[in-house]
Amino acid sequence: MKLPRHLLSVDDLTRESAIAILDTAAELSKLSDGKMKKLPTLRGRAVVNLFYEDSTRTRISFETAAKRLSADVINFNAKGSSVSKGESLKDTALTLQAMGADAVIIRHPSSGAPQRLADSGWIKGPVINAGDGTRQHPTQALLDAFTIRNRFGRLGGGLDGLRLAIVGDILHSRVARSNIFLASMLGAEVTLIAPPTLLPVEIDQWPVDVSYRIDSKIYEFDIVMPLRIQRERMNQGYFPTEREFSRHYGLNVDRVAKMKPDAVILHPGPMNRGVEIDAGSADSTRSLIVDQVANGVFVRMAVLYLLMAGSDHSLDHDTEGEGAWR
Amino acid sequence: MTRIVLSREDISRAIRRIAHEILERNKGAENLLLLGIPTRGVTLAERLQRDISEIEGRPVEMGSIDITLHRDDLRLRPPRPLSPTKIPVSGIEGKDVVLVDDVFFSGRTIRAALDALGELGRPSTVQLAVLVDRGHRELPIRADYVGKNLPTARSESVRVRLSPLEEIDEVVIEG
Repeated sequence: MKLPRHLLSVDDLTRESAIAILDTAAELSKLSDGKMKKLPTLRGRAVVNLFYEDSTRTRISFETAAKRLSADVINFNAKGSSVSKGESLKDTALTLQAMGADAVIIRHPSSGAPQRLADSGWIKGPVINAGDGTRQHPTQALLDAFTIRNRFGRLGGGLDGLRLAIVGDILHSRVARSNIFLASMLGAEVTLIAPPTLLPVEIDQWPVDVSYRIDSKIYEFDIVMPLRIQRERMNQGYFPTEREFSRHYGLNVDRVAKMKPDAVILHPGPMNRGVEIDAGSADSTRSLIVDQVANGVFVRMAVLYLLMAGSDHSLDHDTEGEGAWR
Repeated sequence: MTRIVLSREDISRAIRRIAHEILERNKGAENLLLLGIPTRGVTLAERLQRDISEIEGRPVEMGSIDITLHRDDLRLRPPRPLSPTKIPVSGIEGKDVVLVDDVFFSGRTIRAALDALGELGRPSTVQLAVLVDRGHRELPIRADYVGKNLPTARSESVRVRLSPLEEIDEVVIEG
């Protein structure tokens, strides 16, 4: 099986390699259940967190994952760095390479920046996309799939037959784009629920159903994922008021009560309580939001291990252990 | 060229003998914990567990320990999927741990296993049982219980086949 050299988009994955990442993450989560808090796997390797955009959970999650594997972590924030003095992505990358970065985790407001970094050859090691513009956020989709798989007892398999609804600001959401393609690759049926102004034009080429109303459908889904309204990416009015958006599309306790008995709520965070989700739903027993954060570390450990630890990018399934390993 | 060095009967006799040796050395099964190293070490540990329980007339604890993340030669090989680590809830603290593996070669797997154990706690003793010792050690580690000493050339490879992973039980030398 081939693993990608870089993880830039969920398109870099196959169903098989995605499941291999999720299985690896599952073993890592079991190890951390016990006392094994720190593994020596990436000792002496340097991982750079190259963040051009604000982030708490993703950056800390990657940092924790790298540290649990004993890698050295260098955090680079564009604010307060030479970037504010006008340094280009290329020069920053060359500097990091010269300092011995073995892998670069990049978040950037421009869609495609991680691809540029990977294609350019400025960085020798793997490039991992931690969110670029409105394009992709592959590790978020992987951790969501991991969380869903755990909850629905699908260990070792995909998400076949499960129904996922993604609600709200699809237009500006890289989390939605990654989740749509990963979840459908893993066999889930995806429905987007949003006002027409918050749906991108290309949805007719996506493997999704679309609905403009939440109430007529809410009881059909196994997983409901409300998304934050991304004001920072909006340059015009997409809906009249937040209150009106919340009334038509927000997840609230009344809507949650209509969900399937075992249906769950995921949210990629950060939440705007009272807008896309109310406090009662976010804190309900259906909510897996805290699990998502915990699982994020295991999924990112799995990605770092599989992309960094070996000599190349095939996954060796040879169980004749002695054959190649001694 | 392939030649069979241990048949099904040879393997089950070797396991039976190791079971007796483990009991003799540890004066019973009371404080024992058998830990198989995936994949075939786990199958062997299961068989040892069955034999020891039969001989002693009481159950003996077993588990598995994946050592992949502790290897020192990770960068020389493609990445490997991880295998399950299963430690009994009572842990390894103060136990007499017997690591079980199929082929004992460079000793690097066992070094990694000792590191992995160190992360989990402090056993009273750690012993090593292997089905085949093929020599060519690269580290100062030796086995306490050996099914068969098998002098080999470095260029040869030793294949252990065990049901239910394979159709038959046998150990062969190839090359």
